[in-house]
Amino acid sequence: MADTKHNSEDYLRMYSQMVRIRAFEDNANQLYLSAKMPGLTHMYSGEEAVAVGICEALTDNDRITSTHRGHGHCVAKGADFKAMFCELLGKEEGYCRGKGGSMHIADQSHGNLGANAIVGGSMGIATGSALRAKMQGSDDVTVCFFGDGATAQGLLYEVMNMAALWSLPVIYACENNGYSEYTKTEEIAAGSITARAEAFGIEAHSIDGQDVLAVNDLTQKLVARARKGEGPFFIELKTYRYHGHHVGDINRAYYRDKEEEAIWKEGRDPIINFGKWLEGEGVASPEELKAIEDEIRAEAKAAVEYALEAAYPDASEVDMHVYAATDPATLRPDA
Amino acid sequence: MREITLSKAVNEALAEEMRRDETVFIIGEDVAEAGTPFKVLSGLVEEFGTARVIDTPIAEPGFMGLAVGAAMTGARPVVDLMFGDFIFLIMDQLCNQAAKTHYMSGGKLNVPLVLRTNLGATRRSAAQHSQSLHALVAHIPGLKVALPSSAYEAKGLMKTAIRDNNPVVIFEDKLMYNDKAPVPEEEYLIPFGEANILREGKDITLIGTSSMVQVCERAAELLEAEGISAEVIDPRTIVPLDEETLLASARKTARVIVVDEGHQSFGVTSEIASRINEKAFYHLDAPVMRMGAMDVPVPFSPALEDLTVPTPEGVADMARKLVAGEMIHAA
Repeated sequence: MADTKHNSEDYLRMYSQMVRIRAFEDNANQLYLSAKMPGLTHMYSGEEAVAVGICEALTDNDRITSTHRGHGHCVAKGADFKAMFCELLGKEEGYCRGKGGSMHIADQSHGNLGANAIVGGSMGIATGSALRAKMQGSDDVTVCFFGDGATAQGLLYEVMNMAALWSLPVIYACENNGYSEYTKTEEIAAGSITARAEAFGIEAHSIDGQDVLAVNDLTQKLVARARKGEGPFFIELKTYRYHGHHVGDINRAYYRDKEEEAIWKEGRDPIINFGKWLEGEGVASPEELKAIEDEIRAEAKAAVEYALEAAYPDASEVDMHVYAATDPATLRPDA
Repeated sequence: MREITLSKAVNEALAEEMRRDETVFIIGEDVAEAGTPFKVLSGLVEEFGTARVIDTPIAEPGFMGLAVGAAMTGARPVVDLMFGDFIFLIMDQLCNQAAKTHYMSGGKLNVPLVLRTNLGATRRSAAQHSQSLHALVAHIPGLKVALPSSAYEAKGLMKTAIRDNNPVVIFEDKLMYNDKAPVPEEEYLIPFGEANILREGKDITLIGTSSMVQVCERAAELLEAEGISAEVIDPRTIVPLDEETLLASARKTARVIVVDEGHQSFGVTSEIASRINEKAFYHLDAPVMRMGAMDVPVPFSPALEDLTVPTPEGVADMARKLVAGEMIHAA
């Protein structure tokens, strides 16, 4: 674990946030398996230390853009279970009134500009948010989450070029979970992922994405530097996806074996390992960690029950929010 | 009243809105010192600086994406897309991101940006610099689409587009940049969704967009000499579309030709004709006719290119046939 000064409260918050993500995903998976959730969803389980390590280095004023595998980012940025489960079930009280679903949750109050169902689709948005911050003299930083699969998209190279030319306060966070959908990353990525950022003169780091303190430590330093105009930065976070590409991708022996999964789940789990470290450092006892988990799992269960009972949007909402209103007063001359 | 070019009118609209609102900025290729290849933006960088008139690399999806993110977080970008044909390069950012963000977020996020680009053939620029692709984006809910037909229209519509809280695509006809029209010194805006009746008539309605408004007006003059009274209407914006004004005219004249420079099939002419058929069928004395660009890639040779777009003579010919009752069984 990285040697960073934190107080116990920070440690326990990071632990709790990782457990929150795992609990959310376990419930979402159950909703799918029990046919209570419309459509599909993509599990973040296994990658918790990435989202939590990064988002714990950000404020609500800092922005993130997320991906189709976005529940972890959403929770880590401060989202509420009830509104998230309502969104997954297409209910009116969801973050997007049920219009976005799993792949489009946006939570503006915590700076989450939204998940994106186009692989690599939010790279421009994140970089544009950073451009706005620089133009308007705001010191907020934007983190662009994307997977190793998205490094194959051309948009990344267009926006990294501009971010580097203009020293924009954006951090490109590449979650390398080893798989580009159903294909091993080594089969889709030539050369080095970090070298691609370095080609633009962007400082790039490659770290263990299962170590929440290491992720948090590095992100804190980079965020502070980005606020001072030293950005952009690139981080490759080596992590692992416990589930398949999506919840329905259950028989996946043709692209990866159970032994590999066991190595990560049993030996490299970010929550188990951080829990052991907290115990070893005397920050919390096993009982205290169990109590934290129990409380979170009870909250998740209650949120699922709430969402299952919650109302669907009224049919009148179907053509609402296609266009944003514009105050007619602003369209008058001299307004 | 003073007369200025369409190019100058757009330039004035941008300068006025940039003075009014410091969150407005321009981003695109060669927009600063070069002022774009058409020189529409000349002088703006001198007043507003390179921080607000931003030259980008040649990376259309990249700068379009940046504009979406800036718009979502509190700025009002005006994206300059050098040629309308390049819209294919930015389709994901425009149609999957900008157009859908407000809806997908349940109304929480807005994307107030303007995409300035152009349309129009007969500039001898061949198939990748001559297309009129406004129907493509008009098809996507969440985008508004404006088609200015003169310097006056270009200024008023641009100012409204910048103040609108949605993504707006404005297509200027690249052959009209030097065309002059009366433009008042005083500030004005042109609201979206209000068609303009340029000429009243009783025998036939000619609905034209962009430079096809001029084609319709010249056709109306040819027809007037023969005693046929044509009404000419410019919808100004195709999204939103002022259906009521178009339907009222169709009910009055009972004959309609829709003229637009996009490809005729699956295009703007088809959409407007269908709406009139559906909602004014009982009032019609003839099928509503579509006149769009030919369904061919725009050819380079002048001998061929000129054949692909509607002309005043062609529109007048069609109008004569409609008035004479020759198109009842047009097929």
